[in-house]
Amino acid sequence: MKKRRTFSVSRYAPDRGPVARLTARDSVLRRLDWPILLSALALSLIGSLLVWSATRGRTELNQGDPYYFLFRHLLNTGIGVALMIGTVWLGHRTLRGAVPFLYGLSIVLILAVLTPLGATINGAHAWIVVGGGFSLQPSEFVKITIILVMAMLLASKVDAGDQLHPDHGTVAKSLVFAVLPMGIVMLMPDLGSVMVMIVIVLGVLLASGASNRWVLGLIGSGIAGAVLVTALGMLDEYQINRFAAFANPELDPSGVGYNTNQARIAIGSGGLHGAGLFNGHQTSGQFVPEQQTDFVFTVAGEELGFIGSGFILLLLGVVLWRACRIARETTELYGTVVAAGIIAWFAFQSFENIGMNLGIMPVAGLPLPFVSYGGSSMFAVWVAIGLLQSIRVQRPMSA
Amino acid sequence: MSNIPETGRTPRVQTRLVVIQVLVFSLLLTLGGRLWYLQIRNGKEYADEAKSNNIQQVVTPAVRGSILDARGVPLADNETRLVVSASRTELMKMKDDGKAVLTRLAGVLNMKPEDVANKIRLCDSKTPKPCWNGSPYQPIPVTDEATVQQALTIRESTEDFPGITAELTAVRRYPAPGKARTAQVLGYLSPVTDDEITKAKDTDSPFLRSDQVGRSGIERTYDKELRGKAGVTRYEVDNLGRVMGQTKSDPGVAGSTLVTSIDARVQAVAEYELAQAMKTVRGETDKITGRKYEADSGAVVVMETKTGRVVAMASQPDYDPNVWIGGISATDYAALTSKKSNYPLLNRGIQGQAPAGSIFKVISASAAVRAGYDFNDTYNCSASYSLGSRSFANFESQGHGPITLGDALKFSCNTVFYALGHKEWQKDGGITANKDAKDWFYVTARDFGLGSETGIDLPNEVTGRIPDRQWKQAFWEANKDAWCKQGKKGGSYVEQIAYENCLEGNQLKAYDSINFAIGQGDVLVTPIQMATIYAAISNGGTLYDPSVGKAIISPDGKRVREIAPKAHGKLPVGAQTIRDLDKGLRSVVEPGGTAAWRFGGWPQDKIPMRAKTGTAQVYGKQTTSWLATYTDDFTIVMTISQGGTGSGASGPAVRNIYDALYGLDDAGNQDLKRALLPKPQKALPKVNADGTIDAPTIKAYDPKSQLVDPAKQNGAAPPPLAGTPLNRRD
Repeated sequence: MKKRRTFSVSRYAPDRGPVARLTARDSVLRRLDWPILLSALALSLIGSLLVWSATRGRTELNQGDPYYFLFRHLLNTGIGVALMIGTVWLGHRTLRGAVPFLYGLSIVLILAVLTPLGATINGAHAWIVVGGGFSLQPSEFVKITIILVMAMLLASKVDAGDQLHPDHGTVAKSLVFAVLPMGIVMLMPDLGSVMVMIVIVLGVLLASGASNRWVLGLIGSGIAGAVLVTALGMLDEYQINRFAAFANPELDPSGVGYNTNQARIAIGSGGLHGAGLFNGHQTSGQFVPEQQTDFVFTVAGEELGFIGSGFILLLLGVVLWRACRIARETTELYGTVVAAGIIAWFAFQSFENIGMNLGIMPVAGLPLPFVSYGGSSMFAVWVAIGLLQSIRVQRPMSA
Repeated sequence: MSNIPETGRTPRVQTRLVVIQVLVFSLLLTLGGRLWYLQIRNGKEYADEAKSNNIQQVVTPAVRGSILDARGVPLADNETRLVVSASRTELMKMKDDGKAVLTRLAGVLNMKPEDVANKIRLCDSKTPKPCWNGSPYQPIPVTDEATVQQALTIRESTEDFPGITAELTAVRRYPAPGKARTAQVLGYLSPVTDDEITKAKDTDSPFLRSDQVGRSGIERTYDKELRGKAGVTRYEVDNLGRVMGQTKSDPGVAGSTLVTSIDARVQAVAEYELAQAMKTVRGETDKITGRKYEADSGAVVVMETKTGRVVAMASQPDYDPNVWIGGISATDYAALTSKKSNYPLLNRGIQGQAPAGSIFKVISASAAVRAGYDFNDTYNCSASYSLGSRSFANFESQGHGPITLGDALKFSCNTVFYALGHKEWQKDGGITANKDAKDWFYVTARDFGLGSETGIDLPNEVTGRIPDRQWKQAFWEANKDAWCKQGKKGGSYVEQIAYENCLEGNQLKAYDSINFAIGQGDVLVTPIQMATIYAAISNGGTLYDPSVGKAIISPDGKRVREIAPKAHGKLPVGAQTIRDLDKGLRSVVEPGGTAAWRFGGWPQDKIPMRAKTGTAQVYGKQTTSWLATYTDDFTIVMTISQGGTGSGASGPAVRNIYDALYGLDDAGNQDLKRALLPKPQKALPKVNADGTIDAPTIKAYDPKSQLVDPAKQNGAAPPPLAGTPLNRRD
């Protein structure tokens, strides 16, 4: 069977001019999920302001240019949007064919991190320095790879109409493919990413319709694994300290508990309206570490207050709501599973990141999607938006 | 092609998608709730915490206001000194807790290393002085007497002296003009404690960590006015303490100047004469005990009669208030608080209490008048008064026959007052009081202000004691257990007394009232109470609150707030009785009076002098000397514990103070040029346009100036000595 082009601007009027085609009723522009796109864009732009505010006084980071991180964040956003367009252009079904290649590439990249090519940042050996001030965090892309490879395996027979739900063999196979990169990421060790990946696997399995036994089994083994990892001392001291500080922030106010304490002070002091952009003392005084990345939400809390940080939560809510809609409304299980994986990813990573900022989750080095500074993360989440858009665009018109 | 529904999903998947969506939104709601909790519910607390996090305060202490005497002479002011301070927080960061640095510092300052270490240790219940009573975060002064060379050594090698600073600082100074130390009246300062900071946090005059607080004397009473307000510059700092900018700053306000009614010159005379009188009497032998007089403590109060303002107040033993400057040393503190030194920190003028002895008789006479006796009627002054088997004698058992109450004051006749006191006691029902018992003697003592504070503007004034029926009962209830344990019938004197007290110590006995009538027994009074009473007799009956503070002048000199004299009552007798008392007291210095021999040559026609002597017996001790005197403008009350008789021990000193006030020599010749204060100082010191106050220069007191100038006395007959020592009786 000849492969059908999965992407067309408008199928109804192939002979019209480009502008007319773009504005046609079934045009891809009209079919795009605009709320999710605009929300993601808004989050990225708010993120650029927050990153700017957090870094404009930090000459040791920005090489004397207060706009350095603003531009970089906007550039990353631009690249991200381009990656989204590319993804929509290719379409998730095309990518389905490329999944084996992407999977292989991901494995190579994360293995490369373990070689001398890798670099350690904040205790996690999770980076590849590309040069020119750029570095790559392959584990961000691994999240997508895991979603795609599992979706491909789990949905293939169902979408082909051979079975109602993935059989045990398929589920097991997909889990093997997921666990392999997770194991490598664990070795880095990038515990935060592994946690996200576990939740992704859980979301994927749930949405795939796999037997309840698998879902419950995975949750159970996750808990057992956590206990085992702690008991065997597989965690580094800094990771244990983070959890200890979470349990009792007053334990060591100048050491490990410092971050969480200062983060809470920053957010709490924002009140309803916040101090105003650039006016946060906690922020300009650099009391909160990693404020452009992991703790970017504290800038929002202090400078934009409850209104501003609540707005960020709202935008994330819109993204997740639309993603849920896309997952529900697509015709293929593949699209549903991919969307569900992305929902699990975004939801858990946002919850963990903001939760640790608010002091209700232990500190783990995870960026806030769209908002935190960081190219790899930004690219990955925009590719994910591209996948969601692609799933939406290709679902049949319901009208 | 496919047997699955058009939506591509089974109900299982559909359900699970709903589950995922619910999970996702509950996570978001959790975050929203937590955000509300932090920012809205607890927002204010966190805002405060953020403020303390990133605002650093630099405190510029306010210069404490000066304390001036009535003419503007500084009794307490400030001088600039090189203060070397150590920061505990810095030192404790070092591996050896800063021991090496402190040892080096001790070397530079020529101090013992342990002395330096002691100065910066923190006070607690187990740590003896010296120790630091202030905040541990405040730099602690090690010395305020560093030389320029020492300061330079420290400053030039900061790497050798981390945490050590050497800075010019305004330090309190008590210059003792004309040798007037005024120690107990001025009081002293010490660093504020954490408790005080917490307590004063929300008042209108909160403390700063660097504050020194008045602990005693007028430094304490007027602390708020004198302290001013420290300037605070607030810097925004980042997490490393680097200054990022300046926020709201409070400019400092220097402390106000306090003008007192003390006249430094008179104060110097009073201090000298008190000390001299005590020294003299220590050389004399007490006829009763056969030992030399102890003269362990004494006080003299010079007060304006028409305002209650204190012109001088001296208390012995005294001390140099400058010992407090820069933190008191262990030896000094031990010396000031030891039994051996007899507690020189006490201001005996307001904190020393003793039986009043015969100076109490003005109260007894007034009580008699209130009880219906005529002042000018005659009462038998027998040689002794008998009560059952006991006999109460007059001084030197001398009788004067029937005399008026005025003469009873003049001769200080005990038996007249014994009889009056005894009769009134009987009239009131004796041991068991009548329902309508008047208790005139006790009521009158209270109405004269005894048994309660005079309200002087000095802290910790004591009340004395009026041993009336209620007091007897309360005292017995508090002590009967001890008495009953100790008491033994027919035992030693003390045991016998305890035994009697155990049985009926709650009863007001006949001999209690007899004793009370002449100011003996359990009654206790303070010199300031007696000065207030005698001033009231002088001014026609107004009991003023004695005061030291006279005016508060703002640091720029523009606002002057005068502290007006306040009264707390009137004498409970009519104008005629006051005139009668006055006449009686006047006769005390006139021929035949008990104080006449001390006031020979006094110009009684020009400056009428009234006096009353007193010699109070204290069980187990030598007698307390009292002398209460007044003229139209001043009253002087002096007392010497274990000093003998009123006129004998205190007479010459009081006379010399009056001589200095009025510019008199021994012969009674007045030289107004030499008079320190012939009339009370009414005007306040002049404030210059720039807010400064010029202090008149002051000469030290020369006791010889009172002696008769032989040149002047040329040809004049020696003044007739009115009365001889043989006549004296108290």
